[in-house]
Amino acid sequence: MVKIISGREAAALVAPGSRIMVSGFLACGAPGWLLDCLVEAGVKDLHLIAISTDYDDRGIGRLITARAVKSCQVSHIGTNKTTQAQYKNKELEIEFVPQGILMERIRCFGAGLGGIFSPVGVGTPVAEGKETLTENGRTYILERPICADVALIKARKADTLGNLVYSKMARNSNPIMAMGAPITIVEVDEIVEPGQIDPEEVVTPGALVQYLVRKGA
Amino acid sequence: MLDRDAKKVLIGKRIAQELKDGDYVNLGIGLPVEVANHIPEGIRVFFQSENGILGAGPAPLPGQEDPDLINAGGGSITAIPGASYFDSFLSFSLIRGGHINMTVLGALQVDARGNIANWSIPGKLVPGIGGAMDLVVGAKQVVAAMEHTDKDGNPKILEACTLPLTGAGVVTLIVTDMAVIRVTPAGLRLCEVASWTTVDEVVAATGARLIIDGPVGTFA
Repeated sequence: MVKIISGREAAALVAPGSRIMVSGFLACGAPGWLLDCLVEAGVKDLHLIAISTDYDDRGIGRLITARAVKSCQVSHIGTNKTTQAQYKNKELEIEFVPQGILMERIRCFGAGLGGIFSPVGVGTPVAEGKETLTENGRTYILERPICADVALIKARKADTLGNLVYSKMARNSNPIMAMGAPITIVEVDEIVEPGQIDPEEVVTPGALVQYLVRKGA
Repeated sequence: MLDRDAKKVLIGKRIAQELKDGDYVNLGIGLPVEVANHIPEGIRVFFQSENGILGAGPAPLPGQEDPDLINAGGGSITAIPGASYFDSFLSFSLIRGGHINMTVLGALQVDARGNIANWSIPGKLVPGIGGAMDLVVGAKQVVAAMEHTDKDGNPKILEACTLPLTGAGVVTLIVTDMAVIRVTPAGLRLCEVASWTTVDEVVAATGARLIIDGPVGTFA
């Protein structure tokens, strides 16, 4: 069953050295309050899985600035100078994953698949060391699932069963990351009773959610 | 020589001529965004942004920005009537599945085989891949929008890229401030030169052999 906890309790669920997945695209749809609590808790040596490291002072970048991350799997760091500096100094290890393939690899884990054959990155450094398949003259590479210990995501509204509704383009990686870890913690603006969200509107069903945190609580 | 803004307008305007009524289009960040300012009259195109919209509209009026509506560069946008929102999984399914007619991307280097490099200068600047690798394998047309040479005047169009690739054999059209070049199985075909320059100057500024097998048009 879904539990409602505080941001501080949520941060305590993230052990030092663990693998976390954090949603959002350039801080849009990122769980800002959960990130605040995580930075405050001072958790270190994290492995981060995210679309990008957002900005130095906003979104996921706050974890980088706080030196909480030792390695990551991301698609982009171009908007975050601190990430670029830490990467250049070899303080931060980075696997660059094409954005759509990052989503697919997380979805693989969540959907119980062993991997996918993808045409993305064939002939580029992304393909190095990966198994290939040729089908109808096209080459594909094997991309394996990515999972985390804890996924931290953001929704606009949840009911107490964990059914989630998002806001516009703040949806982005959230529904995918909801299936990327055995523990999914969702920051929400509002929590309502079952029945107050039309089932037609639910994007992420409650079975993918373990904890809810009200923004600011 | 044109200044940076004039180059941007020239490139954006010329690429916009390639659009067809009803096209679904993804514009990369930076220079490609200019294309949206020059849609030919009488046609309607729909802009997709990989962070989850089909039907992206122009920037809002000051004071009307919505933090949940941004383009792939983080700038505020609007949604046109008839727009749709979706998650990143569906967004990239649209991209890789061949449902986007054209993507326009900036490039550090492009070569004679249609290879493109735009994500990494090892040891110097590594902004990362973002959605570019998915876009170049999935979009039906891949247009490289770029200045013809780098800031020191070195060619960016080469026989073979030297930087890490974003995609191999994927570029269909190159539009620069000097020329329009199509990527063909035989190599790079010079189709048009900008009215401010000449065929000879274009050839001299290009690091790959250009095929000139017919009249070369002009654009402005």
